[in-house]
Amino acid sequence: MSGAPLSYLTASGPRAAYTAPLTWFMLVVSILVCVIVTVLVWIAARRARAAGGASETASVPVERGADGFPWVKWGLVLSAIPLFISLIWTMAALAKVAGPPTVTGLAIDVTGHQYWWQATYDGTGPGQAFSTANEIHIPIGVPVLVRLHGADVIHSFWVPQLAGKTDTIPGQNNVTWLQADRPGRYRGQCTEYCGLQHANMAFEVVAEPRDRFEAWRAHQAAMAPAPADDTARFGQVVFAHRCASCHMVRGTPAAGTKGPDLTHLKDRRLIGSGVLPNTIGAVAGWVQSPQAVKPGSTMPNQHLSGPELNAVSAYLETLK
Amino acid sequence: MAEVVIAKPGKLPVGPIGRAGIGWWGISALIASEAALFSYLLFSYYYLGASAPLGWLPEPHPKMMPVLPNTILLLGSSFVAWYGERGVEQGRRAQALIGFGMAFLMGALFAGVQVYEWHERAFGIGASSYAALYYTTTGLHMAHVIVGLVILAALFGWTAIDYFSPRRRISVSAGVLYWHFVDVVWLFVFTTYYVTPYLGFAR
Amino acid sequence: MRAPAYRVPEIGEDTPALRARLQEIWETPPGLKGWLVTTDHKEIGLRYIVTAFLLLIVGGIEALVIRLQLAGPNLHLLTPDQYNQLFTTHGMTMIFLYASPILSGFSNYVWPLMFGSRDMAFPRLNALSYWVYLFAAFFLYAGFVVGAGPNAGWFNYVPLAERPYNPGINEDFYAIGMIFLGISVTVGAANFIVTFFKTRAPGMAINRVPIFAWGTLTASVANLVVIPAVSLAFFLLWMDRQFGTHFFSAAKGGQPLLWQHLFWLFGHPWVYAIVLPAMGMVSDALPVFCRRPLVAHTLVALATVAVMILGFGVWVHHMFATGLPGLALSFFSTASIAITVPSAVTVFAWIATIWLGRPVITTAFLFFASMIVLFVIGGVSGFMTASVPVDWQLTDTYFVVAHLHYVLIGINVFPVVGATYFWFPKFTGKLMGERLGRWNFWTMFAGFNLGFLPMHLTGLLGMPRRVYTYPDGMGWDWLNLITTIGSFVFAVGVLLFVINVWISYRKGAPAGDNPWDAPTLEWATPSPPPPYNFAVIPTIASRHPLWEDRLQESEGRSCLSRGMTLDQGKEALSTTALDADPDRILEMPEDTSAPLLLAIGMTILFIGMLALSWLTIGIGVLACLGALLLWLWPRRDLREREPAPRVAHG
Repeated sequence: MSGAPLSYLTASGPRAAYTAPLTWFMLVVSILVCVIVTVLVWIAARRARAAGGASETASVPVERGADGFPWVKWGLVLSAIPLFISLIWTMAALAKVAGPPTVTGLAIDVTGHQYWWQATYDGTGPGQAFSTANEIHIPIGVPVLVRLHGADVIHSFWVPQLAGKTDTIPGQNNVTWLQADRPGRYRGQCTEYCGLQHANMAFEVVAEPRDRFEAWRAHQAAMAPAPADDTARFGQVVFAHRCASCHMVRGTPAAGTKGPDLTHLKDRRLIGSGVLPNTIGAVAGWVQSPQAVKPGSTMPNQHLSGPELNAVSAYLETLK
Repeated sequence: MAEVVIAKPGKLPVGPIGRAGIGWWGISALIASEAALFSYLLFSYYYLGASAPLGWLPEPHPKMMPVLPNTILLLGSSFVAWYGERGVEQGRRAQALIGFGMAFLMGALFAGVQVYEWHERAFGIGASSYAALYYTTTGLHMAHVIVGLVILAALFGWTAIDYFSPRRRISVSAGVLYWHFVDVVWLFVFTTYYVTPYLGFAR
Repeated sequence: MRAPAYRVPEIGEDTPALRARLQEIWETPPGLKGWLVTTDHKEIGLRYIVTAFLLLIVGGIEALVIRLQLAGPNLHLLTPDQYNQLFTTHGMTMIFLYASPILSGFSNYVWPLMFGSRDMAFPRLNALSYWVYLFAAFFLYAGFVVGAGPNAGWFNYVPLAERPYNPGINEDFYAIGMIFLGISVTVGAANFIVTFFKTRAPGMAINRVPIFAWGTLTASVANLVVIPAVSLAFFLLWMDRQFGTHFFSAAKGGQPLLWQHLFWLFGHPWVYAIVLPAMGMVSDALPVFCRRPLVAHTLVALATVAVMILGFGVWVHHMFATGLPGLALSFFSTASIAITVPSAVTVFAWIATIWLGRPVITTAFLFFASMIVLFVIGGVSGFMTASVPVDWQLTDTYFVVAHLHYVLIGINVFPVVGATYFWFPKFTGKLMGERLGRWNFWTMFAGFNLGFLPMHLTGLLGMPRRVYTYPDGMGWDWLNLITTIGSFVFAVGVLLFVINVWISYRKGAPAGDNPWDAPTLEWATPSPPPPYNFAVIPTIASRHPLWEDRLQESEGRSCLSRGMTLDQGKEALSTTALDADPDRILEMPEDTSAPLLLAIGMTILFIGMLALSWLTIGIGVLACLGALLLWLWPRRDLREREPAPRVAHG
């Protein structure tokens, strides 16, 4: 990852790539304008006749002065040129960047929740649909349609290196599209203030070659394996009592939909919507006290006993 | 050689005369602001209606009773209020009192019929966005009607104790102008809620 | 004794006897009672200015706390809830409780003097607008003070502001408080519009009006028609929250975007309304320090109006990321790029005025000249966000935060501080210190740029807005630290300003009537002016009445020492809208407690709404009714028992 994972001046897909040069152009024009104006004001002020206060001001005689209208005229004429170029370029870039170029091979449904991202993939066949959270995989080189849904308040779906932002609005069916030209992990973040944990609502888009993407997708569609040892089995029991009301693990009776689907939890790089690494210790800490990590998130502290927590951690480790 | 200019007007009116005076500008500014308020309410109706799914309108053909005679009643009250204003203009106190009093009664009757219509509605304010807009728009209009009634009552009272005359009557003009405004707003509200469905909007 | 309906106004000289007579007629009674009932525009203007500056400081402290929390990654100075209330209240304070009232304050004080008039068109309405502002400010802060301040951002998007996601009373304080505040802005706007058109001195034709007046006029026309949009939006939100309606909730046919449309229909014109009057200040005061008239005065006046008109047609550029159809995006993107053109007219006129003039470096000049640079920096970042594809990357990042602070601090705060240096001598009769002024200026200038210039880069590197903290490793750490340091330096600069105001008020060098040798009419009065402003009504013959002998720009000469005396009571002059020919003698109201009582009645009413207490609402309504009757009761001395003879017009 680069030193600025959310910078959009390095583009890795066509939507961002069409926008970056326009951004640079407008930035360069802007800086030039600022420099020119600063220099003009500076030079003009340097020709001051006097400095001081009221008496110095009153001592310099008033004069009608030369006609300044040519300044306004030429200023407008010269400014019109970059303005006009920007306008045309904007329309051209907008046409390229706005809608998906062709019928896309893959469509994903992304739902913004307080404070996590749900990604639902239609399956390749019946029973192949699945939901995952906060880590979205796409194949490289093809446009991917993303249908955006709002579960509660307005969030905004933004992966700077791949595309500009589009809001998820409850009751409205917004659509955006992504295309990555290079494999990689691209960070995204919610960019519409959505409440207490807006700051901690990141996600990752993983772009990979088609065959690896298909392998990932097939793996995600599979049910969770049965736990192998007693601790994990005990953990599954605790999970069914304490976690299943909000979380789903396909292949078990746990079918809650309020929180992220955990069937393949350990397959993700980060947890908590981009906040913690997906290690056994971090997961245990998150499960026990999510309010300590993200105060105001919708998952309550669990107050599990030591053995219970140990067992649940072991169980979660099996959800690869 | 530059000449010093001094304004030396002839006879100038002192204070308001008839309906001319600085207060006329003031009431016009107030009316402009309130007109904008109703524009935004109607904008909200058209915006929600245009983006709503089928079935947004509870009644594709809204009933014209009692709203149509009620509308005519309100418009009539404008004429009556104007009649009262003419009375002040011409120094006829009795005419003025009849005009303001009758306009008050007609306006109060309008308000009563409106309350009855609310009562008869099959939907409450929380039923849908249409319901919310309907009650809020007609409700805010009603608030303006009540203010107008208070103004008519004040004009009635002040006329009764001889405060106005053909020359000094700008408060009358301002108050009656406000009443006309309330009536014109109702025309727009009526058209939006009761006529546009017949024209096919937001079925 | 009946007042005569018509009169030929007496013409006289400006004599001590006349002044004494007018003083007696116009002065406010001394003591607390006078303080509560005054309708003098100068008094009201000063109150607006002082209150707005105090709120600027409060909002600034909020910003400093925010910057401490953001100085480094993963800090825990504030909880998320505290942070959210702080940043919302900071925005609310600066945009609603400082930026507009400060300009109303200067306009209130200066306009009648600039117009050669004795007061604003509606002095009692003027008093009302201040009292409502003051009480609404208390109302809005009452929630914050008890830990229930507004917390959904200053533009308050739904559904986050709705009950299910915001169950506390925070948003109800905001909603009702904003409706309350809107009344102050509306009546103030009406007052400015009528004053502009009807109470200028004879001969001040429309093309001789100073640009400051054009700025406030355009802002007032805009405010008059867009404040109802935001008041309605907040009213509908309050109804959703308290009465279970569904204006904005998708479940029953509502639309979250309806809020955004209503809010930005108001919000965009509003942001022009809080800079155009300040630009007008620069347009009138900068030329004084360049010892020449403003370049292209007529074009600048027209450009002011054009910016405001175009400003009604760009509101959707705040909503580019909401999933709108391409046609709408293209239209509003084009309009948002086009609006830079009239703004640029003013900037070029200012630069030309300095270049072609004989500049004198004073503190005021430094603030006015530097704002040109800050204006352009803010303007170009706006130009960048006007392009939809670029905005899709830039919006909701710190790039926009940089933009909005450059335009607000650059085009409102800097001109306002400069205007204080410029008009302080007129308000107080004393000059502000120039040495401390230089320290004030350079500290503010350096601190502001140190704080906000890096923010453009922070935004380009992707830092989102309104985050209470950020992780390390994003490339934002150093930039945030620099911004925090810069903001504290800026705060020191503001502190120096306050100190300079205080010291100069106590011990400043005496200023005469016209210490800057400036051209406009306010400088023809004593410093500070007497309550009646002008003993005789001046007649105006040019744009720069006090520079006429040197500019030779028109055939006539204004007359300031001889004119209508209008001393048969508390009288002022009304003139026609375009040519400013006298058309009426206005009888101005005596000082009265009615505006204060009405404001108190409104406060009771709004408290009742907040508490959902019908009894309190009822009391408030009755109190308002009583105050209105007191205010509007017709004047006894205008009663004419017998019908007056019919007149041909009237």
